[in-house]
Amino acid sequence: MKPTDIAAPDYFHKVVDCQWACPAHTPVPEYIRLIAQGRYSDAYMINWKSNVFPGILGRTCDRPCEPACRRGRVEETPVAICRLKRVAADFKDDITLRLPRPSAKNGKRVAFVGGGPASLTVARDLAPLGYHCTVFDGDPQAGGMMRTQIPKFRLPNSVIDEETGYILNLGVDFKGGHRIESMKALLAEKYDAIFVGSGAPRGRELDIPGRKEAAANVHIGIDWLSSVSFGHTDKIGKRVIVLGGGNTAMDCCRTARRLGGEEVKVVVRSGFEEMKASPWEKEDALHEDIPILNFLVPVAFVHDNGKLTGITFQKVKAEYDSKGRRNLVPSGEPDQTIECDDVLVAVGQENAFPWIEQDCGIEFDKWHMPKVDPKTFVSTNPKVFFGGDAAFGPKNIIWAVAQGHDAALSIHKLLSGEDITERPLPEVHVSSQKMGIHEWSYDNDISNDKRYKVPHRDKVIALKDIRTEVELGYDVKLALGEAERCLNCDVQTVFSTSLCIECDACVDICPMDCITFTENGEEADLRQHLKAPSLHPDQDLYVSSDLKTGRVMVKDEDVCLHCGLCAERCPTGAWDMQKYLIEMTHAGSACPTKSRSAA
Amino acid sequence: MTYIAKPKFHHPGLKKNELGYTHRDYEGKISTLCAGCGHDSITASIIEACYELSIEPHRVAKISGIGCSSKTPDYFLGNSHGFNTVHGRMPSVLTGANLANRDLIYLGVSGDGDSASIGFGQFAHSIRRGVNMTYIVENNGVYGLTKGQFSATADRGSKSKKGVTNTDNAIDLVAIALQLGATFVARSFSGDKTQLVPLIAAAIGHKGASFIDVISPCIAFNNHAGSTKSFDYVREHNDAVNRLDVLVGRDPIAVDYAPGTVQVVEQHDGSKIALRKIDADYDPHDRLGAQTFLARHAAKGQIVTGLLYVDPDAEDLHAHLDTVETPLNTLEADTLCPGSAALDKFNASLR
Repeated sequence: MKPTDIAAPDYFHKVVDCQWACPAHTPVPEYIRLIAQGRYSDAYMINWKSNVFPGILGRTCDRPCEPACRRGRVEETPVAICRLKRVAADFKDDITLRLPRPSAKNGKRVAFVGGGPASLTVARDLAPLGYHCTVFDGDPQAGGMMRTQIPKFRLPNSVIDEETGYILNLGVDFKGGHRIESMKALLAEKYDAIFVGSGAPRGRELDIPGRKEAAANVHIGIDWLSSVSFGHTDKIGKRVIVLGGGNTAMDCCRTARRLGGEEVKVVVRSGFEEMKASPWEKEDALHEDIPILNFLVPVAFVHDNGKLTGITFQKVKAEYDSKGRRNLVPSGEPDQTIECDDVLVAVGQENAFPWIEQDCGIEFDKWHMPKVDPKTFVSTNPKVFFGGDAAFGPKNIIWAVAQGHDAALSIHKLLSGEDITERPLPEVHVSSQKMGIHEWSYDNDISNDKRYKVPHRDKVIALKDIRTEVELGYDVKLALGEAERCLNCDVQTVFSTSLCIECDACVDICPMDCITFTENGEEADLRQHLKAPSLHPDQDLYVSSDLKTGRVMVKDEDVCLHCGLCAERCPTGAWDMQKYLIEMTHAGSACPTKSRSAA
Repeated sequence: MTYIAKPKFHHPGLKKNELGYTHRDYEGKISTLCAGCGHDSITASIIEACYELSIEPHRVAKISGIGCSSKTPDYFLGNSHGFNTVHGRMPSVLTGANLANRDLIYLGVSGDGDSASIGFGQFAHSIRRGVNMTYIVENNGVYGLTKGQFSATADRGSKSKKGVTNTDNAIDLVAIALQLGATFVARSFSGDKTQLVPLIAAAIGHKGASFIDVISPCIAFNNHAGSTKSFDYVREHNDAVNRLDVLVGRDPIAVDYAPGTVQVVEQHDGSKIALRKIDADYDPHDRLGAQTFLARHAAKGQIVTGLLYVDPDAEDLHAHLDTVETPLNTLEADTLCPGSAALDKFNASLR
């Protein structure tokens, strides 16, 4: 193998698994260290810069970082990254003075369709640069689905108000209760750019016999949730069936439990394991005495002269074809009818753009989705950008934020007369952590603690009031314990070939047997000759150039604890622990060029 | 010195030996020696050898004297018996322990100061008596703990870190061990684990006095130009006569070397040593030949390494003395004191 080019910004970024997995590439270990130091406001600001809604995401994020967390490859459970983010939000001081100021307007006007996370992220990036941002939303308040679809017992209004407020206070013009009904009309208003962040607002229908007749007691999940959110709906029948296995279904069933639903059941077509809902959301539902019945396909709503009485399900089983694809086939058992008073249908969401006329220069594909460039988020109309669920269908808030940053950068480049396809590199700050002979400026002592549970409110109290937040969040002590579990994967092991005397000290001390000195070879061959087996080929090998004996140093990055013992036991300083703080370049930041050094 | 404990986590794919232990289970405390010390590599090699042999840690007694080398038993086999003796007295304490309980595996760990100076006599007599042990000298040629004076194994003409030339003749412990009748004699280098680990494993399997001299660079005081115990010097002057693999346990013997190049030596414990010859003329069963070979190469400044001499049919001190097979601590009172009738009979035999 060729020597690893550690100056390529992606190399060490990949080693920080959580940050690499995060769509917005939040520097996770950096903020976790700050939490451990009690610097909550600093931790919050790192998040705020990167993911815009730390308090909201710290309660609701789908956490792509956690399955990626290296800790999960070393012991059973990853670091509770998401809930630590909430800690930063919960314990921070007043940070308003640290936020950007509304700046003098540059005369450019940008319109936003929808006031959800994608639009607000774009506005957050553009407003401080002097753009006049006007956000239109059909709802009276900003937040979009964060406000209308996520139940208050998971995400209180106060958090949404605070974090949307930080953005609107940047001088963003929010036009609540103003639904955009025509793209043509909006284009006619001569905005310099338009960002569409209107989400995926339509709940998928379930067109099976009895749907029309029983309509009074069959509700579309997301519509019902927003109706509950606005206080239009405040009760439901005693026996409720929720159809669907995603996170919306979990929100529906738990909401129903708080509005009078005593026997609430979730019924899914697939197996329990394959459900789309996040494992922790399923856990929370089960904890609230909501059974999840699987392998049942709804075939008909049963009604008595238009009054819903239940749903008939066909029993199915999973079969896998030669390509490993799953098919649900009837199991042959008799159909099952489950009685109920109300049904919540949460079987998916769809995009809907009835307000975009055909002659706006915005082309749609065969799935009726706008043709959007996945890097720049521009549509076929060079002035119109899409982001969030509106661009590529329903995903999570963090994706909307990440896409918002990219779209904001495109809009800024477009309106600055630059080529929007040229994207800046991330900013990388490198600093050695060496303080003394065996002292580091990060805590390299590895905690053996298991993942700390987030305290929950007592179930009896929690179920009484739909606005009472269930999760209480970590207290300072629990947060410290959990923060200590972080392995500081951004503090990188950096190897200098010229200093190495091949004494084997690093090999002998490494608790994870990551380091091997061996003859060089092709990657597949090298992976066979490591001191400990290579378990994850997707994890890189760090290979040195040739050493004095003709061998090379090979480090399998996979399960390195970043404990720094290799560097502590190295007599010549050939190993050093260097922090690589990698931050995405947003609109308005100085764009680093390729010539800037990463190491 | 490293202040943190070595993390308990280990690689999830680590192999386990027959006892279900990983090599991490054979570790001791974290080393307090200087970073990069050759002794730490010897520690790692002992750990690896014991792991590969699936040795139960409670069956090992590790005994040492004084010095950097003699600190190392704290860093391996944390669940074994240990005795850190007075300076140079490791061989006597080991001999006593071995006589009291022959069931344990005895690892004598010493250094060039401990064995070639203050404990030279002790070393000589334990070898001479054929105590069943693995005697490892971690040989760096300097007194590291007292900041780098020449030890008795420093070569004449080699230079200290301060530039002083050594005018004394060196003691070659391997030559002495051969001369005193050790039945397993080897030399190796801390920076060459592929050679050292099987040598330690083979020595543990040998019943009799096994002696391994391991050149172990002192990173702080003896790793400079002019030293003959530095990483660079040893790598340049290393003349390995053979390489070996130790074949133990359930694994069938599958040696795929060209015929004639491999010599299999069967040991008392049933293990086999497959010796790959590097020097075609070298015969590891010829004590006299080994001594000559060693002297000839030493004169040329070469460091001969490998398994230099082995007598697979060796006897140990217990055989010489015809001692009781049961460890003394498990002998019951009626065996120890068989009664006056037995005493009378014994006395009668002497009349």
